[in-house]
Amino acid sequence: MSERKLVIPGDFLGDGRAGHGAYEEDNNAFSACIGLAEEKNGMHFVIPLSGIYNPKRGDGVIGKIEDVAFSRWIVDVNSPYEAVLPLAEATEEFIDLTKNDMTKYFNFGDLIFVEISSVSQTKNVQLSMRNRKCRKLRGGRLIKVTPAKVPRIIGKAGSMVEMVKQMTNTQIVVGQNGIVWVKGDHEDIAMDVIALIERKSHVHGLTDHVRAYLEEKMKNAPKVEHKKDYREHDEQDDFDRGFEGGEEGDFQP
Amino acid sequence: MELELIKNGTRIDGRKLDELRPIYAAVGVLKNANGSAMFKLGNTTAIAGVFGPRKVFPKHQEEAERAILRTKYNMAPFATTERNRPGTSRRSTEISMVTRQALTPLVFLDEFPKTAIDVHIEVLQADASTRCVGINAAALALADAGIPMRDLISSCSAGKVGEHTVLDVAGKEDTEGELDLPVAYYPRKKQITLLQMDGVTDSREVKEIIKLAVKGCEKIYDEQKKALRSKYKLEESE
Repeated sequence: MSERKLVIPGDFLGDGRAGHGAYEEDNNAFSACIGLAEEKNGMHFVIPLSGIYNPKRGDGVIGKIEDVAFSRWIVDVNSPYEAVLPLAEATEEFIDLTKNDMTKYFNFGDLIFVEISSVSQTKNVQLSMRNRKCRKLRGGRLIKVTPAKVPRIIGKAGSMVEMVKQMTNTQIVVGQNGIVWVKGDHEDIAMDVIALIERKSHVHGLTDHVRAYLEEKMKNAPKVEHKKDYREHDEQDDFDRGFEGGEEGDFQP
Repeated sequence: MELELIKNGTRIDGRKLDELRPIYAAVGVLKNANGSAMFKLGNTTAIAGVFGPRKVFPKHQEEAERAILRTKYNMAPFATTERNRPGTSRRSTEISMVTRQALTPLVFLDEFPKTAIDVHIEVLQADASTRCVGINAAALALADAGIPMRDLISSCSAGKVGEHTVLDVAGKEDTEGELDLPVAYYPRKKQITLLQMDGVTDSREVKEIIKLAVKGCEKIYDEQKKALRSKYKLEESE
């Protein structure tokens, strides 16, 4: 992979077309934001290093139920646009709304891992729970990170988050919107590590650095008597169908 | 009067006629803002914070196809020698507006429809050209917030003291000089997005003063780029 250069708004990227994070003027491409420049078949991109979450189709995100409307939920997905989860996208069984209360499934303030099924031109965000990774998140703790750094937390093919999960014996769900959910034996250590990854996201050989940090931390960690395997004994319900790591984690927008 | 302000090509604070005051720029100074920056030109100090893109309140301001850029310029009561009344004034409303107009052409507002980008500029110490320093800080803060924009924007003032044209009017020169002309400059396209003038002169001299101000802006642009890069470089090499 070619070396990525740090660019700031207005930097010249080269002649050719401009893709994400760049703009075109007189057949020249310029950077539109702070980030790392990349070129693919004459197309110039910038992978941003800061910024808010902009919903994209296919992203798995962690959302909080903000409102319960007739046959749909309004979900806060850490972006300026509110997202809508229709009842039909949340469950496969038939629910008679004249007899059932929607809050029985998801109530105000509940956390869910959902997939963004579509984003319209006017930024209407539709959610879906058809993907088997989608579920309700019970208990646990949350951390917010910069959405641009999510791929670093996940690591290549989920390697980074998998390592943290195993070493701290926790369940971790990483949303593309920069919200990370942690539950398990050493939640505090896992959260420390995630904050560390965010801070040092540009270091080469970050995985080794994080492993060393984790080993050091786990030495002093209090022993857990009844060690529970969080991945096997997940509390099951209609929406819990297990979860396996994050999305593929190459540093891509 | 003239003798006091300029002597043998040296100004009261020891600068040459075309010399800027010392520049200090830092990015990421506020924890709770999406992007922030501090900019100093001599004693004039401003911090800018960018919040958003976020939901628009009140909702009737919302635009379906683009984000709205809102700017707020405010001067701290302790910024001047004489305490100034806190809160919005005629002056701060005007500066908020010209700042917004200076920044808008560079920001890709259509990337975030139905949102608001709020820019808050707080002047902590005032010693002339506060609007220029505010714009410089705001440009850095916008870039730090990851908002897509065409380029940074640089701003600085030039003026006339007695018979001399001077760059970056400061202190006594501002209160006793003949003319003060702030400029905001879009360096890559060499365009001007803010031009105000306080004073009287002829068209030939105005052109000369603008040219001088633009020269100053280019120097400021280099400092801005350095400050912005250093924040992210630091993260990279850590």
